[in-house]
Amino acid sequence: MSDYVIQANGLTRYFGQKCAVDQVSFRIPRGCIAALLGRNGSGKTTLMRMLLGMLEPTRGSSTILGHQSLAIPPEARGRIGYVAEGHPLYPWMTVGQLAAHQSRFYPTWNNTVYRSIVDHFQLNDSTRAGSLSRGQRAGVALALALAPEPELLVLDDPSLGLDPVARRAILEVIINVCGGGDRTILLSTHEMQDVERIADRVLILDQSQLVADAEKDYLLSHVQEFIIDNTKQNPDIRGLVSTRNQGNSLHLIVANADEAGAGALLAAGAQQSDVTLEDAVIAYLSRRGSALAGPAGQEGGAA
Amino acid sequence: MAFDLRISTGSSTPIFRQIIDQVRLAVATARLKEGDALASVRALAEQLVVNPNTVAKAYAELARDGVIATHQGKGVFIAARRPIYTSAERLRRLEPALDDLVREAIALGFSTDDVQKLVQTHFRKMAGRKDGES
Repeated sequence: MSDYVIQANGLTRYFGQKCAVDQVSFRIPRGCIAALLGRNGSGKTTLMRMLLGMLEPTRGSSTILGHQSLAIPPEARGRIGYVAEGHPLYPWMTVGQLAAHQSRFYPTWNNTVYRSIVDHFQLNDSTRAGSLSRGQRAGVALALALAPEPELLVLDDPSLGLDPVARRAILEVIINVCGGGDRTILLSTHEMQDVERIADRVLILDQSQLVADAEKDYLLSHVQEFIIDNTKQNPDIRGLVSTRNQGNSLHLIVANADEAGAGALLAAGAQQSDVTLEDAVIAYLSRRGSALAGPAGQEGGAA
Repeated sequence: MAFDLRISTGSSTPIFRQIIDQVRLAVATARLKEGDALASVRALAEQLVVNPNTVAKAYAELARDGVIATHQGKGVFIAARRPIYTSAERLRRLEPALDDLVREAIALGFSTDDVQKLVQTHFRKMAGRKDGES
């Protein structure tokens, strides 16, 4: 069996004239926690739905657990957990009924796992889903997805609209149930702190295109900021991610700065500094213009 | 045990590096001594709410540098202190911190004597050693 749980090859999807996902290719190795980042409308949900075979791509293909996304057999589906955006649940069912309902679909249902997550979120089996808070709903959705002990967990913005306590509870559950083992997770999120805590790998989608795909620590150590005097002319450097004017200085975020490029900047009097993950991600999401050399597809970034 | 690891997000120092730095500091300041047990990878990951791979990465580097030793089935312990670096390498590793210290001292107008006294005080406080001898 392939070591890659997810493989996307040139996945592209149009809605009418509008391109939602443009030629996206990447691979997620087994045991990896991958964070899919990008602004609202950048194509994260569309990409996830195509990977799961819920949406047909206009072009390109993908495999998941070794099966074509459009032909995942039920046996393999049973090894995939999916939590859709907003944690949708049947509102008329109670928490206990939801569990009873869901468990029938999964031969691998582990009630101990289910119980521990439901208890972690302090949920009551007799509460109707419709009267749960957002955080509680997230807890139930996560418990339903994790109880079958899936090999692959796909979470579409699990922390959307949650308070800090619920958000932390979700992280704790993910680490407790999934971390360090063979379980693979693909999650989309806007919470950079969560990404720092749990992600092994970071994928950044910007305007439908994958602009970075690297190990998180690789991204952190290979993206740097150079600050130069504004009066000097705009430098042409390989790997430039974004430029930003601030006061009298020009801030350049550069990925994989080569010695020549970095040397030229430093010789021109630039100050060099490390960036935070959030700085790096924002730089990727606020850049404009043509595709630039970045850590996307770097072999050094492979797990 | 008075050793409490804390990590912060939103830093340009990766979390695995923060763990390494804090264990090293605790060993250097004798808050952690030879034979002291550290939390397992899983337990520390849960305590800090971080990916276990991150903790494993930090422990692997600490083990490679001889700071900790893993005994199969028993856990992770602080290893006996042994010089694993050449004197040139030790100097190279200290150099950046010295640069920072001296630069700040000059900028703030401290004399060499002031700095020496301060260094001695800190040595006593942190490492429990007198007069900066090693």
